[in-house]
Amino acid sequence: MRLLLPNPGLDDRIHSYEDLERIDKEEAEDRPKWDNKAQYILTCVGFCIGLSNVWRFPYLCQSHGGGAFLIPYLILVVLEGTPLLFMEFALGQRIRKGSVGVWRAINPYLTGIGIGSMLVSYLISLYYNTIIAWIMWYLFNSFQDPLPWTQCPLNENRTGYVPECQQSSTMDYYFYRVNLNSSASIADSGGLHWPVVVCLLAAWTVLCICCIRGISTSGKAVYVTSILPYIVLAIFLIRGLTLRGSISGIIFLFTPDLSELINPTTWLDAGAQVFYSFGVAWGGLISFSSYNSVHNNCMQDALILSAVTAFTAIYAATVTYTVIGFRATQKYDACISENIRTLLNAFDLPEGNITTSNYDEAFNRLNSSHPDTILQLDIEICDMHKFLSEGVEGTGLAFIVFTEAITKMPGSPAWAVLFFVMLLCLGLSSLFGSIEGVVVPLEDLGVFPKKWPHEAVMGTTCAVSFIIALLFALQSGVYWVSLFDTFAGSVPLLTIGVVEMIVVVYVYGIDRLNEDIRFMIGHKPTIFWQVTWMVISPLSILVILVFYLVTQAQEELTYLVWDPDSEEFPSLSSVPYPSWINIIIFLLAGVPSLTIPVYALCRLIFVSCKKTR
Amino acid sequence: MLEKVLFLLCLTPALAQEPCFPGSSHAYKVRISIKTALGNQAYVWNDNEMYLFRAAMAFALRSYHNGQEFNVSNIMVCNETPRVSFWFVVSSPENSSVLLKKGDVENAIRKSRNRINGAFLLTDQTLEFIDIPPTLAAPVMPVTPPWLIVFGVVMGAVGAGIIFLLVSSLVQSKRKKNKKTLDEDREDMRGIENGLGCDNLGGVYNTTFSDGDKFTPM
Repeated sequence: MRLLLPNPGLDDRIHSYEDLERIDKEEAEDRPKWDNKAQYILTCVGFCIGLSNVWRFPYLCQSHGGGAFLIPYLILVVLEGTPLLFMEFALGQRIRKGSVGVWRAINPYLTGIGIGSMLVSYLISLYYNTIIAWIMWYLFNSFQDPLPWTQCPLNENRTGYVPECQQSSTMDYYFYRVNLNSSASIADSGGLHWPVVVCLLAAWTVLCICCIRGISTSGKAVYVTSILPYIVLAIFLIRGLTLRGSISGIIFLFTPDLSELINPTTWLDAGAQVFYSFGVAWGGLISFSSYNSVHNNCMQDALILSAVTAFTAIYAATVTYTVIGFRATQKYDACISENIRTLLNAFDLPEGNITTSNYDEAFNRLNSSHPDTILQLDIEICDMHKFLSEGVEGTGLAFIVFTEAITKMPGSPAWAVLFFVMLLCLGLSSLFGSIEGVVVPLEDLGVFPKKWPHEAVMGTTCAVSFIIALLFALQSGVYWVSLFDTFAGSVPLLTIGVVEMIVVVYVYGIDRLNEDIRFMIGHKPTIFWQVTWMVISPLSILVILVFYLVTQAQEELTYLVWDPDSEEFPSLSSVPYPSWINIIIFLLAGVPSLTIPVYALCRLIFVSCKKTR
Repeated sequence: MLEKVLFLLCLTPALAQEPCFPGSSHAYKVRISIKTALGNQAYVWNDNEMYLFRAAMAFALRSYHNGQEFNVSNIMVCNETPRVSFWFVVSSPENSSVLLKKGDVENAIRKSRNRINGAFLLTDQTLEFIDIPPTLAAPVMPVTPPWLIVFGVVMGAVGAGIIFLLVSSLVQSKRKKNKKTLDEDREDMRGIENGLGCDNLGGVYNTTFSDGDKFTPM
């Protein structure tokens, strides 16, 4: 028969079916409830669709063979993402507690899983809200014409621009100098940069207000934050398709390169992207699903959510690449015009002699007749491919590439406002889920006095988080954000995901889960779910985790810095981390993962001490 | 004798042309890009336009050096190319063989740059004086930073939200308190009609006549 570890007392810790029926009929539970199904779905969609769908998935898609990347992505959505979602929804709906409560009910020694989820959600919320603060700064500054990131400040004698701005670009200067005032290394903290402090305050207070009464306030906020991004993406799609050069961006994105399918990194990246974007192991989804009625069809919800997430990723990628294609075409045209101008000036040819259409043959003609002059001129080779692939990932996409593209569209302040409002909504709706995954476990663990109302708990958490997040308002803040991004959100989530699946299948029992689902929705899950829960999903996450650890252990830890004095300026230069960073990395990645065994061990010692007394 | 006269005659025009040559320490190169600036409405560069240029230069020098009366004849142009670029030198109005120093010419052009540009419907980028960098316009800075206004609006909304929440929670807790005391009173009154407790009568409490909220919600 199926392997099942002994788990005494399970029935005493969770509601029986009779209890559940009674709860369902009389609505005698003390928990908050969703006003309607739409609120629940929108909240989950908002949680899953975040900034990574806009700036990570399009990059992965394009760099791993374009249209061909959709094959591993969709396969892993079905085999890895949807089973995990369904499992978390089913658990939450059955046991009807937050993430700590659920794991404590399954087995008190496994409460560490819930605590680990809480820690991960908290660390991620800290740096995610900092990115929201940056977005807010850009949003606040978008209400002016001309946009402030189109202008460089002048130097002293007003004959040129500040050298930092001159060598890089106005967008880079605005992001790294005006917005962040970044120092040249993570060790060099500098002081607090007040625009970031002010925007952090705004970000945390907005989040606090939206979540202050739990899902009764955040449930109303998601009507805006979950639906608005789709509308804005549609507007950008229409605008993008009418711009010159957008089609070349889409072609670049979707041109399939089937040879990438043989490359294991493609599959690993696809798997990691599916795992992170589905928001499992954060604890928020378990909480949200526990507010459902007992007989809610959670299988349908999981399928709907997976489909919506996959569709949105592809939709956002298309929109992003229309804009990237437009910008690349503009830069290519500017490059060609600049070359034409240089040639005309050097050879004193009349204007209009060389145009974009006859540029190539004119260049070849001049090169064959006067090769040394041409060499001296140092003509830049205009490569469309290079323009299409530069800066298309992460914060660089939003704050540098997209802002540049927006400045070239007519009516730029309006587009800038729309774009940053969309990013704000995407980020906020993800944060609702993370904060839920932090505050509900805190209440379950009894960290706050029982008589404090939910509002006070939320307010205190946000206030404390704001003070801790002032770390990101230092001049080295951007490097801390990328440190957290790389380490706090990767290894712990994968570890918790693997442990979750193993615990549910081998400690809670897959037969019991099947019975629960049959009780809740009326029919047992099919063989597909059994196989994926028992073998495929945990194996795929384990493979990703192992490969990730192996690759990380082999490389030297480096990060990218904005250093005006370095040789590679304006490109970011790659610098090794200082040695004390290893402690921080251990705290970020190790502590949430290690809470699982450490808690079990502590509880074991505590219980055996009590017994011997 | 005749050879000497001929030689001198030939030399004088040569000498007269010598001041303006590319790379001279007194000469500036000018590059004009009419088609780039005006597109379809570009005019053709001809001798009349060149005359206007020389007149504009003379104007610039007159405005800079108050009192000295520069004329078109003081501006000498050479090396015109089809690109529309050429070199020019400026001679002093008092003595036409003395050329003005580059620094003076540069300052004069800088001072009247806008007027010179305007005469040709061009800009700093399309009417270029090589080696004279244009004085750049300062970035546009509005008086009140707009971000402050938007930030104020957002924080105001948040503050209004906080006040609304506090007020509504106070009102709710007051309502709950009132309802609680009302319920407590009713509870007390339940079994004590006529001063006799129900239990004392030994009867069964008939729920039909207690508070009907449970059974007849309105």
